[in-house]
Amino acid sequence: MAEGNGKTPAEAPLIGVIEAVGGAVGLAAYESHEGYAAARTALTSMTPAEVIDLVKEANLRGRGGAGFPTGIKWSFVPQGDAAGSGPKYLVCNADEMEPGTFKDRYLLERNPHLLVEGMILGAWAIQASHGYVFLRGEYHAAYRQLQDAIDAAAAKGYLGKNIVGSGFDFELRIHRSGGRYICGEETALLNALEGKRAQPRQKPPFPPASGAWGRPTIVNNVETFCNVPAIIRNGAEWYHELGIGDDAGTKLYGVSGRVKQPGLWELPIGTPIREIIEEHAGGMQDGYALRGILPGGASTDFLVAEHFDLAMDYGTIQKAGSRMGTGTMILMDDSICPVDMCRNLEHFFAQESCGFCTPCREGLPWVEQLLIDIEEGRGKEGDLELLDRNAAFIGGATNTFCLHAPGAIEPLASALKYFREDFEEHIRTGACRYR
Amino acid sequence: MSEPAQDLAGADLIPTLSPEETAAIEEECSHLPDRESAAIDAMMIVQRERGWVSDASLAAIARLLGMSVAALDSIATFYNLIFRQPVGRHVVMLCDSVSCYVMGADTLRKQVEEHLALKMGETSADGRFTLLPIVCLGACDRAPTMMVDEDLIGNVSAERLAETFKGYE
Ligand SMILES: Cc1cc2nc3c(=O)[nH]c(=O)nc-3n(C[C@H](O)[C@H](O)[C@H](O)COP(=O)(O)O)c2cc1C
Ligand code: SF4
Ligand code: FES
Repeated sequence: MAEGNGKTPAEAPLIGVIEAVGGAVGLAAYESHEGYAAARTALTSMTPAEVIDLVKEANLRGRGGAGFPTGIKWSFVPQGDAAGSGPKYLVCNADEMEPGTFKDRYLLERNPHLLVEGMILGAWAIQASHGYVFLRGEYHAAYRQLQDAIDAAAAKGYLGKNIVGSGFDFELRIHRSGGRYICGEETALLNALEGKRAQPRQKPPFPPASGAWGRPTIVNNVETFCNVPAIIRNGAEWYHELGIGDDAGTKLYGVSGRVKQPGLWELPIGTPIREIIEEHAGGMQDGYALRGILPGGASTDFLVAEHFDLAMDYGTIQKAGSRMGTGTMILMDDSICPVDMCRNLEHFFAQESCGFCTPCREGLPWVEQLLIDIEEGRGKEGDLELLDRNAAFIGGATNTFCLHAPGAIEPLASALKYFREDFEEHIRTGACRYR
Repeated sequence: MSEPAQDLAGADLIPTLSPEETAAIEEECSHLPDRESAAIDAMMIVQRERGWVSDASLAAIARLLGMSVAALDSIATFYNLIFRQPVGRHVVMLCDSVSCYVMGADTLRKQVEEHLALKMGETSADGRFTLLPIVCLGACDRAPTMMVDEDLIGNVSAERLAETFKGYE
């Protein structure tokens, strides 16, 4: 895990205080490491527009997967009379269900005040009166930590009415989810928050214009909010210098699979893939060789050996045909059958479809069945072409109502490209050499 | 004595919510713009007390929130963590997502099924365990993983299953 990296809060704004404290950070410890100083500064001496401008200048990009610039998103929220009457909402996406991703739980369990402070700053920026943390139902320890933090912050005057004497009110509550991956899609999340089935909504209107209960709403990921306090304290230039390439700040990178030390590390954004795997995760376990990675969760395209020297940043990974996604990579070693791994992935996506549109609801189970047949030796000539066609239809971003289906197809389409001989061999020999 | 009311969410069903459950649901409602928005919270509150959401509980919740039983059931059945059937005293959820798959979850699943003498979705005859698959539990660096009730367990080892399940009687 990230503990023991020995990083200071100045190098590692996300986990530095956890390191300094040596575990979960309570309110007193958080305050003694400049905690809530940013909230105090912003609410008493900065305008909302100044906060938004600073976050824009810092070039903070969303850490939930898509990398949308946070300050720009916040600037879409109508202010003053233009917002109409009624509350504005600030929502934290703490649904973390992308397979292979284990970063938000770490922050929630160990430094919940960092999230609370990030949300206070976000609320001030968009002038939201109500906030929700949309929390995965299975995250029980995170729930207890976060609820304690919210209660402690409220008792100290950081939440509720007249925060730090500024006159600003912000109420923060937790919604514990009933499950399903699609709740992480931000408009489905809003339906779930409203107590409905988590079906995605038509966009536009986008949530900043019309979100929760039809009111202007911002949805950001846990890690995104956790970046904000240090940006407010230390400024945009400091934040830029933390990153290596075009992107700014640090990133929680994770590695799972057959490495010597699977784990999570806060590193400069843009750290090369190879360095993350070899230096931080300790390289492959003896007897295993690395064949491919899903760089940022289950819904990202495979990368292979030719890509391992690339920098883990948004632009570089996109140019290589994949996405940095959540930044937590899943390693496929040479004991794993690529066809069977795709079967596992497509089983997940087929199961988690919300069922609203046909290519996703019907196409993904079809794809899964084709993969089962190929894996179990019943593959036929033409099956790969059928998979290619399905991948193109289901993956076409405009063929489905939300991005679940295109995301589902990314690992498969890239596996068909990089590991095609494995698929062909299964069909030719009617057997799987990995069994 | 008069007959109990016959409508779907009949008055006789109201007592199936305890005063504590009702108070907790009302507390959620008081922070939301309308009562229906508390539908999921309400079902989760009742399930935390009773282990599952029975037809009677569902009807009582629907009535309390002012919505139809069918509408509430359509929400209940969307969410995999809302149980509309009784479960065992302990719910074992075994991660079947990709990092755990890479670390041997398919084999582990067979071993757990054998150890508990249960298939996925089943509850043991003595009511001790219900076994379910679950998606990524966000602990992939400790794959393979599972959850027993509210406890997250990483690096699950087939050899130590008896030990792992010991505390759950
Ligand atoms: C199917 C699907 C699942 C998603 N799941 C999550 C999730 O679990 N957590 C998350 O932060 N974002 C998730 N997202 C992305 C959100 O829709 C949204 O872009 C994000 O929360 C915005 O926050 P950010 O700008 O801070 O990254 C998901 C998107 C899709 C299409
Ligand atoms: S793409 Fe899939 S998850 Fe998204 S709306 Fe369509 S059916 Fe639902
Ligand atoms: S894949 Fe099993 S915990 Fe993440």
